[in-house]
Amino acid sequence: MSILRRIKNKFSGSKLQQEIEAEIKAHIEMRVLDNVASGMSPEQARRDALIRFGNRTAMRERVTEEDAGMVWDSLGHDLAYAARQLRRTPTFTITALATLVLAIGANIVVFSVLNALILRPLAVPNPAGLYNVVHQESGYDNQSYPDYLDFKTKNSTFRDMAVYRIQSAGLTAGKVVHKSWYYRVSGNYFDMLGVQPAQGRVFHASDEHGPNSAPCIVLSNDFWRGRFAAEPAIVGTTVHINKHPFTVIGVAPAAFHGTDVFLWPDFWMPIVNSPDDEGANFLSGRTMHNLFILGQLAPGVSPQQATDNLNAIAQEMARQDPADDGLSARLVKPGLMGDMLGRPARAFIAASMLLAFLVLLAACANLASLFAARSADRGREVAIRLAIGSSRWHVLRQLLCEAVLVSLLGGAIGTIFSSALLRGLTRWQPFPEFPIRVAVSPDATVYVVALLLSVGSGLLWGLVPQRQVWATTFAQVMKNGPAGTMVFRRFSLRDLLLGIQIALCTLLVTASFVALRGMQRSLHAPLGFAPQGVLLAETDLHMAGHSEKSAALIQKRMLEEARRIPGVTAAGIIDETPLGSGGSSTPVFRMGTTDFRQSNSVFGAKYFAISPGYLEAAGTRLVSGRDFASGDDAKAPHVALVNETFARRMFGTQAALGLRFMMGQAPFEIVGVVEDGKYDSLTETPWAAMFFPLEQNPDSDMSLVIRSRLPPADIVPELRQALLQIDPDLPFVFHSWPDALAFVLFPARAATATLGVMGLFAAMLAVTGVFGLAMYSVSKRLKEFGIRAALGARSVQLMRAGLGRPIAALILGSVTGLLLGIIASQLLSLIVYQATPRDPLVFLGVMITMAVLGLLATWIPAQRTLHVHPARLLRED
Amino acid sequence: MARNDLQGSLDLLILKTLSQMGEVHGYGIVLHIQRASDDLLSVEEGSLYPALHRMEMSGWVRSEWKLTETNRKAKYYRLTSAGQKELQKAEKSFEQLVRGIRAMLRYA
Repeated sequence: MSILRRIKNKFSGSKLQQEIEAEIKAHIEMRVLDNVASGMSPEQARRDALIRFGNRTAMRERVTEEDAGMVWDSLGHDLAYAARQLRRTPTFTITALATLVLAIGANIVVFSVLNALILRPLAVPNPAGLYNVVHQESGYDNQSYPDYLDFKTKNSTFRDMAVYRIQSAGLTAGKVVHKSWYYRVSGNYFDMLGVQPAQGRVFHASDEHGPNSAPCIVLSNDFWRGRFAAEPAIVGTTVHINKHPFTVIGVAPAAFHGTDVFLWPDFWMPIVNSPDDEGANFLSGRTMHNLFILGQLAPGVSPQQATDNLNAIAQEMARQDPADDGLSARLVKPGLMGDMLGRPARAFIAASMLLAFLVLLAACANLASLFAARSADRGREVAIRLAIGSSRWHVLRQLLCEAVLVSLLGGAIGTIFSSALLRGLTRWQPFPEFPIRVAVSPDATVYVVALLLSVGSGLLWGLVPQRQVWATTFAQVMKNGPAGTMVFRRFSLRDLLLGIQIALCTLLVTASFVALRGMQRSLHAPLGFAPQGVLLAETDLHMAGHSEKSAALIQKRMLEEARRIPGVTAAGIIDETPLGSGGSSTPVFRMGTTDFRQSNSVFGAKYFAISPGYLEAAGTRLVSGRDFASGDDAKAPHVALVNETFARRMFGTQAALGLRFMMGQAPFEIVGVVEDGKYDSLTETPWAAMFFPLEQNPDSDMSLVIRSRLPPADIVPELRQALLQIDPDLPFVFHSWPDALAFVLFPARAATATLGVMGLFAAMLAVTGVFGLAMYSVSKRLKEFGIRAALGARSVQLMRAGLGRPIAALILGSVTGLLLGIIASQLLSLIVYQATPRDPLVFLGVMITMAVLGLLATWIPAQRTLHVHPARLLRED
Repeated sequence: MARNDLQGSLDLLILKTLSQMGEVHGYGIVLHIQRASDDLLSVEEGSLYPALHRMEMSGWVRSEWKLTETNRKAKYYRLTSAGQKELQKAEKSFEQLVRGIRAMLRYA
């Protein structure tokens, strides 16, 4: 009964107010009538009635507060009042909104990325307990197929274990060859993940019967729609992959994009099949590490138990086969290519989240000081309301209401903007030749976080001026006027808030400077080759059905054709370009080694196969010895070029030229030493590297490296024409080498962009903060300045009085922020190449930036102080 | 010692008034308390209404807008059976309070 009434009251709040009003009126009028009847004058009677009744405002408030159900009603009033107050001060409202939109928006964007890439489980029907099994050694995440089979059959802790490998191939449907990225997966892959086909069927473990027994593929939904126009009849037809026939047996559901969040494959193929004539070899080679193992824990098994179990198996395997020497296992969260992308991605996103949060904190500090100033201006109003019987709690609640209302509004607008940005990011394909996707659309979690951030920040900055309200006494405010001039005598809360804000902003500005310098350095770091002016033409000869044996001949013709093109100064071939999709490494041994266990090796070295002329085309400097020549062919003795790191680590100070080493149980003679370079990433520790003649190590995967005097794009048409004559079916990807490096530079670029945007936000916040406080302190004391100017004060004195505090806060805050930035350098070095804030240029840059920002922010207030006009000011008030 | 504070006393006065007078408006309750207590008890008249509102929310009283003898609209309150029970409880606890205080006074 009473609950119903409460609910009713909730919806008819204003009706209740009217009723209370009417009841009070009736009461007072009856009292007046009685008073008059007892002989008072009408005025006296009314006065007496009002006195007897007591405080009507307080009574009304108490009635509305009487039951909990009414809280909502009074909240509605508070909100309406807050909205009115905010409309009355549009400058404050717009400043606060803009600040919050930026700060909360930045947080939502970063959180969405965090959510999509790290927090959210893989988009498979049953993601619980899925882990990649990698080696304990970090950065070494790939496994071999025989090791996988051992792990799978011997373990007692996994429900199931599958394996996948990411590859590219030319897919021919109709007449067009299209380079596709795809997964080769074990037969149980779909069943383990619980993925059901959208069309046709998927393959199962029972379809595998040894090498090349299951020539079928399952298309991804996107690829099916994009390439085959969502034609259901495609299921059951045959397509050619690297010229080998495969049957399309089904289409995956639209929500399934494979088991990596970044890399979306076009199709899936059983791992026992190969379009490259190398299937048997790779399935039996225990040292061929190029697979990702994905396992799902059995119910009730902890990751630690599973790790222990796998390590015990690994030790047993190492005892049985020297190829598994030193094998170990570790579980990592799936989705980011084992730990290869996971480690840097997690570090980068965590650091960005921290920075975004600092932006929000700085924004809150800014708004808190603005809001405190605004509440101080409303001291008189607050005092009057307290005096006529409003409770302090009620006044506080109204102030909080204003803060939360603005924050919610800012958060909502910020969410709208950032959602649009995130949708754009999701559609974006940064590298046309790689199936890289950044699927970061916001979901319910993101919206909940946005709401929490908005309310939280509103409470944070709304609570700051509350102390003022508690301290308000009626008499003091009425006497002193709204400014509460005493506040300026001592170090106030506002100064502290401004200091904190400036410190945070300086920290962020420092971070972006450090990132920019790091980026600049990484662009100018010695790469071991000179990408400028070089055109790359990449292909895989398998795509046109060539074998490794026939490769040498075709490659020789390609080089001849390329060198004939006008403007070309040098041309060469390398199997995989350094800083490309990542070269492989293998252990090397000293001469005389007989036991080729990994623990007996000197080190692991990167290896590449190159044609004669590659060094010149790539611009790699030969330190000593000679380049390969056409005589270094399959019949000639094994030779190699090594880099300086290799020479130093293998032979110390001894000259390496002419010396020999062992690899794959065979000796190699060093005929030349080349300069060091970057091979995997810009941030790697220097690798030992070796180069072999392409003719002694034929490879179908190849990049033509062509240096020319003309811009790379200008020779593409002629080169394409020439290559078409050699084999019309061979698809090439052409790009300039600097463009191809965009992939490697992407993390650094993304980090720099992120830090740059944060730094820009921070700079804007610093300006608004200093400007706000300076403007406020000047405007409050304009009258005083007028009098002082009239009495002969010099403008320097006035400036010191008006701007001293903001500038002191600026200087102290900047120094603190810079120190914090130096302390945080460890964090920055995780994400930015060669990040060090101890760089004098960074130091200077931050100082100058903060000084310029300070000048910018205090310019207008200073102008106002200088042009103070005593007579006009005194007339005003 | 449940609710033996000043608010409890005001509740008791209001409930008792309603039980004695049947249906009466707020002003009438004030008049009755003053008259019945020989002007010893005078409440701040406005403080009656929050109490009445709370009692109505708790279902102890029921209200209705009616015309007074002088043809003026006023809100009339009447005790419900829940209110009747509440009155008994309040009277009992008030007796306890009075007995307690009297015992204290005698002891001192």
